[in-house]
Amino acid sequence: MSAPLSLSRPLARLMAHPLPHWAEVALLPVLNLLLALGLTALLVWAMGSDPVAALAALAVGSLGSADAIGYTLYYATNMAFTGLAVAVAFQGGLFNIGAEGQAYLAGLGVALVALNLGALPPWLLVPLAMLGGAGFGAAWAAIPGWLQARRGSHIVITTIMFNFLAASLMVYLIVNVLIAPGSMAPETRRFPTAADLPDLSAFGFPSSAPVNLSLGLALLAALAVWLLVWRSPWGYALRALGESAEVARYAGIDAGRMIVQVMALSGALAAGVAVNELLGAQHKLLLAFTGGYGFTGIAVALMGRNHPLGVLLAALLFGALTQGGAELAFEVPDVPSEIVVLIQGLVILLTGALGNMLRRPVVVVLALLRRGG
Amino acid sequence: MQPQDGAAPPAIELRGIDKRFGAVHANRAVDLTVHRGTIHGIIGENGAGKSTLMAILHGFYQADAGTILVNGRAATIRDSRDAIRLGIEMVHQHFMLVERFTVLENVMLGAEGGPLLARGAARARAAQKRPGAAHGGTGAPPPPPARARAELKRLGEAYGLSVDPDARIDELPVGAQQRVEILKALYRGAEVLILDEPTGVLTPQEADDLFRVLRALRDQGRTVLLITHKLREIMAITDRVSVMRAGQMVAHRETAATSPEELGELMIGRRLAAPAPRPAPQAGPVLLQAEGLSVRDAAGVERVKQVSLSLRGGEVLGIAGVAGNGQGELLEALAGMRAPSAGRIFLRGQQVFPGRGFNAAALRRQGLAHVPEDRLKSGLLRRQSAAACAILGHQDDPSWRRFGLLSPRAIAAHAARLMQAYDVRPPDPALRSGLFSGGNQQKLILGREIERDPAVLLVGQPTRGVDIGGIDSIHQRILACRAAGKAVLVVSVELDEILALADRIVVMFDGRIMGELTLAEADERRLGLMMAGMTREEAA
Repeated sequence: MSAPLSLSRPLARLMAHPLPHWAEVALLPVLNLLLALGLTALLVWAMGSDPVAALAALAVGSLGSADAIGYTLYYATNMAFTGLAVAVAFQGGLFNIGAEGQAYLAGLGVALVALNLGALPPWLLVPLAMLGGAGFGAAWAAIPGWLQARRGSHIVITTIMFNFLAASLMVYLIVNVLIAPGSMAPETRRFPTAADLPDLSAFGFPSSAPVNLSLGLALLAALAVWLLVWRSPWGYALRALGESAEVARYAGIDAGRMIVQVMALSGALAAGVAVNELLGAQHKLLLAFTGGYGFTGIAVALMGRNHPLGVLLAALLFGALTQGGAELAFEVPDVPSEIVVLIQGLVILLTGALGNMLRRPVVVVLALLRRGG
Repeated sequence: MQPQDGAAPPAIELRGIDKRFGAVHANRAVDLTVHRGTIHGIIGENGAGKSTLMAILHGFYQADAGTILVNGRAATIRDSRDAIRLGIEMVHQHFMLVERFTVLENVMLGAEGGPLLARGAARARAAQKRPGAAHGGTGAPPPPPARARAELKRLGEAYGLSVDPDARIDELPVGAQQRVEILKALYRGAEVLILDEPTGVLTPQEADDLFRVLRALRDQGRTVLLITHKLREIMAITDRVSVMRAGQMVAHRETAATSPEELGELMIGRRLAAPAPRPAPQAGPVLLQAEGLSVRDAAGVERVKQVSLSLRGGEVLGIAGVAGNGQGELLEALAGMRAPSAGRIFLRGQQVFPGRGFNAAALRRQGLAHVPEDRLKSGLLRRQSAAACAILGHQDDPSWRRFGLLSPRAIAAHAARLMQAYDVRPPDPALRSGLFSGGNQQKLILGREIERDPAVLLVGQPTRGVDIGGIDSIHQRILACRAAGKAVLVVSVELDEILALADRIVVMFDGRIMGELTLAEADERRLGLMMAGMTREEAA
């Protein structure tokens, strides 16, 4: 019968249209974000609080003042580094879950340089401390890379386990070896001031805000990642490997070497967290300073579609949620502070796991609009 | 029009079937009448719309417009279950069999219906494990497998489809696997059997066996729809043939009243040029040589066993064989993609294996070019642009760099030149390579590889999935390389292609070379016997 056949016809025609690029990269994420915020509002309302006040507190708390923006950018810096770390590995088809541990180990590298070479002038000490951090982060990430390349040990498993190894190792070192003499707190002595990264008071941020020069470093890192991955032969080989190991084998790309290299790069990028936290804000090595940024970086990379620009935007969003959430808990006391974790979870769920849920409706609506207009 | 009984309605009638995929109009107002008890061929180039039409008949796609009549009654086919209920069964090009199941289990799968399926299959497997069950000799046999076994036996005898019901699928040769597919369809009560390019993986002798089975099916009143792009098969076995071109049905013929030439012209819409006679090979120096080469696959299984061959400039060496007899692994080893487990390889007189830095990139730098067997899996970055694919394997070449960085503009310009020279359509370097047709993808890869002026060109399955118009131009390119003094190695499962290109032919079976024939010595029968495992002398 032709009746049921012709019924499916308009829909089939509409579905055949792919999404335009702008809708793919901008409209879908924004819609998903709005949906996440809407669901949050619903939950807040269900808990008996005022959703409008809660969302307002979130917005004002993250972007309402220079101080708030300073904090937002400070958090975003960490997330940009870990987001880039995850994204660059992902371009090679590797899911690096270990940015947390890599950033933690990088803190050791930063601290060793800052504590032992304190007599050096700032212009030499700061870059050396950064290099120390990058080196430690890279080495810590390269080991799972090597295990994957040579032994076939799955990178997801090994990087997860290396997070635990890093945590245990750092607890031992900080509590038993590096702890400041005579102190009860599990942290080193303060780094020499020569190792302090300048704050951004020159750009109008109050010096109370922890945002520092690392922000510029993160922007440079994003640019460098873009050039390296999309404009260098190495990056071409990396993306070829990421698309298909078979194609890489055909093209004569040494997959093992690429895996070790890109994991080292990923670890070095994660080290940016140590630079931002230790040289920029804390000025000492302390327990668990990485605060879960390595894991947030996975969500940031996911939402940013593993592209440096997307990662920067997603980092900004997650930074704002973190800062705004802290203010929300303060301003609207009957809303538990865990609500921010919930929002982040919803954002991850909707942009990542359910990222394509709205694709179908958007395609249909756009096609209808096009036909109507 | 109708050969036998004018009163009986046709088994299948399609009226005005229309189907679009976005910009592609895959089927345009297609009409088709298939009479009961006939073998009906549908022929057309790749992309002509044959497979789409059959997918609509089998419920995989829904037509945008048009009517399907089965036995004269309008039918709605929403999915393959509807099709099966109407007695329409499909034997796919790639078999849909569970490799770890036995023949019996596979045949039963999906035929029990509802929750009984799981129980029936589990029982069949349990029966399998009991000693003696294979001979059907245990007491109180559970009904479904026993019934299936009896039915299988009956069908096997009726149509000459003998297969051991207790053999595991992955232990069976390809021809037998195909018989299982057909048995499965018949077991479910197929009245109309659709076969999609069924001989692609068979030796000529296995194809003959298949044709015997199809004739038996027809003689007992079943209807067979045969989709193919091989004119020979159409002429050999069909009663009627319909020709498709560019989504349209262009002609229906009684097979007895047509000729391969006419069908060929109808398929491509113009006269086929007769192949130009090839000048005798100008055999030059040996450019590629393998001695006692053995190659293991990723699972450690030895797929190439002690193969020696040599390749001179100015000649084409063809490697024939049924797919999966080690040709693929041999090609990969010669191309540097896979290190052999034993043996030696010389490229332009230099020993490259065993040797340091034996890999695809190094051999490429030393003048070897390689068009891989499976272009989608190995030869192209499907999600990236044609431009990106045009430098695959040559990404380190400084000529696409500006200030040390890859220049998208230089790469696009290179790709545009390549696409122009090798007639890749559409000539748009920004288009994703996965969106090109098979023939155009292949031309892009061939262009990329030949453009470098290599000394040795390895080509795997030059025209797999390429339409007739494209086949000719690809063959011309390969022969031009031969004329230019390059050493060319062609691996193909298509005997026609081997015969059209090669000066010397080696046949591979089970990882070994069964013998070498010159073009003059080679004929289809002899090659077929060697492909089935006979030596050169036995097959003489």
